[in-house]
Amino acid sequence: MTQGLDWIARSGARAKGGRPVFFDEMAVDRLYSLTLSVVAELAATRERLDTVERLLEQNGSIDRQSIEGFAPDHEAGEERGIAMRAYIARVMRGFQQEVEAMQEIDPPVTDWVEKLSRTDAASA
Amino acid sequence: MPSQVPPPYTALKRHAMMAVANHDEAARFNFLTLFNRYLSGDLGKGNWLSYENHVLPAFKALHGRAPENREEIRVAMNQDPWHRMWSALKRNSMEMRQQNGRQVVLRQLDELDAKARGFNAASGLLELDPSIEQPLYVTCVDIHCQPGSYHGEERPGDVAVTANYDAGLFATTGGALGSLNDGGGQAVVGWIKQNRPDWKPERVLDIGCTVGHNAVPIAQGFPEAEVIGIDTAAPVLRYGAARAASLGVANIRLVQANGEDLSRFPDNHFDWVQTTMFLHETSAAAMPRILAEAYRVLKPGGLLLHVEQPQYGPDMPLFEQFLRDWDAYNNNEPFWSAMHGVHLEQVMADAGFPLEQQFVTGVRAVPDKSLFPASPDGENEDYGRAAIWNAYGAWKPLVSSDLEKEISA
Repeated sequence: MTQGLDWIARSGARAKGGRPVFFDEMAVDRLYSLTLSVVAELAATRERLDTVERLLEQNGSIDRQSIEGFAPDHEAGEERGIAMRAYIARVMRGFQQEVEAMQEIDPPVTDWVEKLSRTDAASA
Repeated sequence: MPSQVPPPYTALKRHAMMAVANHDEAARFNFLTLFNRYLSGDLGKGNWLSYENHVLPAFKALHGRAPENREEIRVAMNQDPWHRMWSALKRNSMEMRQQNGRQVVLRQLDELDAKARGFNAASGLLELDPSIEQPLYVTCVDIHCQPGSYHGEERPGDVAVTANYDAGLFATTGGALGSLNDGGGQAVVGWIKQNRPDWKPERVLDIGCTVGHNAVPIAQGFPEAEVIGIDTAAPVLRYGAARAASLGVANIRLVQANGEDLSRFPDNHFDWVQTTMFLHETSAAAMPRILAEAYRVLKPGGLLLHVEQPQYGPDMPLFEQFLRDWDAYNNNEPFWSAMHGVHLEQVMADAGFPLEQQFVTGVRAVPDKSLFPASPDGENEDYGRAAIWNAYGAWKPLVSSDLEKEISA
């Protein structure tokens, strides 16, 4: 471990140069930072769990050194990459569905309700 | 179906100077690599859709016309809720990459510094010059949100900022630059071998080389050549020289110098002067001086080559210019917009390279095909980071244009 340097504090140093403000409320900017970091931490935890499972499956036991040094082979790397993509797709669903909604803009449902509620509708 | 995922961080080739990531640090890079791809691909198209559906109609209603430049689009899009959300995610992703890379590096900085000192004492590849001052365009802002930029030090003589740069470039670029982040240099070497197969450059200068990740492939591709990489920042050179030595490369030297003043080199000295993703980090005032010096030190018949993201010519749609400008305003790349807006061919002509000797060609990194899928392009391209570049080149005339004028007079 590095001596004479608070590596945890210094790792979080901000980049010089003004940070852009994205939202009208400062709290929303901070919530984005917080939420995305938590998303990343859970991703890392899930990957660690996958490592533990694979090591147990392979060796029947684990130790921390083998976890830290674990490097998946090509097939396992691909499986973990796909699992990570699926995880990202789940947590980002709200954003993805916004895009989908902009791609195919639905007419207001009330238009359909009104149309189908008319007694003179030919068929419904 | 071809593989949609870049390889895991642990599958990358390593060199002895590379910081060692523990399990979770590697996993964070894996997350960020795929998240960056998701942001530019799956969610990136939301920017265009929101522009087309909301922002453009509102702009037209207000002004009675469409936007006339990328700046007008930027101002309008900065009010758009979708673009704000997307930008907030992307900025945070850049910041998280920096913090994770710094945690990896700073906790083992003692070992990294000691390794660099060892390599550099033995190899003789490093030449520092403490009299070199950092240009204002380097010090005024921490470029691409990298705390300490390229020149900052956590303590005197260290390699912290640059070990972090090298450790996380893979995540920033969505895994597009290849195992050793050297896809740019490899692409250039590939282009030369294809287009000038018999050319044997003897002396090559790489200006703004940072850790030498694009100069080392040139030294490896032309083992007979003497390659010199220069940069104003000492930490990148300390790390870069050690990195080159650890890769067994001996025909390279990393020298602390400023591209605006190459007076340490005589006229007509180099066969090839290269910059790779460098000019956009310099100022509009510095670029002509750098190009004039490049012209002076090049031998007649020598090659000048700049690898850059595409310039914003009149043929590039304004919306694409706006998207490519994102880093200028949101990722601490303040010179990006102005540099990409200039008529680079004319600036090169003013430096002495006649327009008829210039060319533009596309180069694209296709690194380690067995390990990497190609950098996504088209609507999935991560503008600003994709390993898809333009090369702006010129061959220095065999007879200088002044002499030509004298002869014809």
